[in-house]
Amino acid sequence: MKLTFWQRLDLIMRGITPFFLTLMLVVLGQVPLHIPGFAEVAPLLPLMAVYHWAIYRPDLLPAFSVFFAGLLQDALSGMPFGVNAAVFVTVHMAVMSQQVFFTGRSFMIIWLGFCVVAAGATMLMWVLTSIFFSTFSSPEAVFVQYLVSVGGFPLLAWLQVRWQQSVLAQV
Amino acid sequence: MKNRQHLGHHIAHSEKGLANRFGYLGLVLAAFALMLLGKADVLVMERVRTTVSDAVSPVLDVLSRPVATLDRLVDQATVLSVLNDENIRLRAEIQLLLEWQSAARKLSAENKQLKNLLNLAPGTEPGFISGRVIADSGGAFVHSILVAAGRRGGVAKGQAVITGDGLVGRVHGVGSRASRVLLITDLNSRIPVVIEATRTRAILAGDNSDRPRLIHMPPGASASVGDRIVTSGHGGAFLPGIPVGVVVRTGDGGIMVKPYVHRDRLEFVRVVDYGLQGILDASLAVNKGPARPPGHPR
Repeated sequence: MKLTFWQRLDLIMRGITPFFLTLMLVVLGQVPLHIPGFAEVAPLLPLMAVYHWAIYRPDLLPAFSVFFAGLLQDALSGMPFGVNAAVFVTVHMAVMSQQVFFTGRSFMIIWLGFCVVAAGATMLMWVLTSIFFSTFSSPEAVFVQYLVSVGGFPLLAWLQVRWQQSVLAQV
Repeated sequence: MKNRQHLGHHIAHSEKGLANRFGYLGLVLAAFALMLLGKADVLVMERVRTTVSDAVSPVLDVLSRPVATLDRLVDQATVLSVLNDENIRLRAEIQLLLEWQSAARKLSAENKQLKNLLNLAPGTEPGFISGRVIADSGGAFVHSILVAAGRRGGVAKGQAVITGDGLVGRVHGVGSRASRVLLITDLNSRIPVVIEATRTRAILAGDNSDRPRLIHMPPGASASVGDRIVTSGHGGAFLPGIPVGVVVRTGDGGIMVKPYVHRDRLEFVRVVDYGLQGILDASLAVNKGPARPPGHPR
């Protein structure tokens, strides 16, 4: 069956949503929430998106899109250029290399996987920023940020799974 | 035949894997190259960053408004529930402040007379540019905010950013309509300060925790819990006497300061500008009393 122009356009538009959702999470992560003590430990939303799409639909969020999302995160958050880009690409690479392991696993395993991946990502970020600024950043806040990210993962993962099942079902 | 097919598939697969691996390597190398470039040429990266921030700032401005409104509503609800207690507290505070006001008026008049006697050269009166906080770059690695005021409004790099409570930070990067402010708690923030009571000079150094530390104190000098820390004005970046924070801990871990400004309460900030002279008439501000502080957000 040959697809019409509009059907093809529809598929393309649906196909790029994971990328735009990831960019939106980068921007959303910057909005001041006015919650005491939250800004220092705000969860790494884009990291969750990178992890999720690398497991389920790596074709829709390839490595260079992840790199771009990392650059935007660096630009907006004021971190040295390249830190988030390097971390996101590394996470993408790590998840892709374990594709066989993640396929068809229950949510608990996926969550556990995120715990491990986010720990590695946070460590890498900490090491890179510490080297860049040649001084150690406070590790407590980094650790709490990691815990908040791990705790917040199920909610975003659920939303992304819903998105995947509704918008991306035919893509 | 089947074997050959299988082999072909295998080779194609490993070739793809190889290409993938080179792709990853290239991206990671590119990221490291950017980091090196950022270390070597700060200006170029800063320009890229401000351009991106400028481009995204309208989106952030729109997004930050409903959150701020919600926050205000929650605030109002909280205030309503404790209105009576608050009233009693405020009445007591007004009494106290009236006493302070009369003391301040007396001292201000005396100060003016003494300055006249000494024929003191007047310092420059700063102007203010007010802006909304449109982004609080969440995260444990960098403490900075984006303010919706840029070069068009007269913001320049290095200017001090304050609220009614005290010092917020300093302008780090300026775009045409948004500027990045490095908070005093950031790892890279170094602010020349003095301990108000003893006039001991020190540097307030952030470390990405919410309690910056005092460093480079003169030998033998010490601070005690409860001491007020204000800017010293050294280095020319800040006005002297802007409240910064209060010493909350002394000891082996260094002297920790709790900033007066709460990061989560930042909605409007003022950028202090030395360059805009003459906009503000100091005598006017004194005569009109504290009804509307200069540079109050419109």
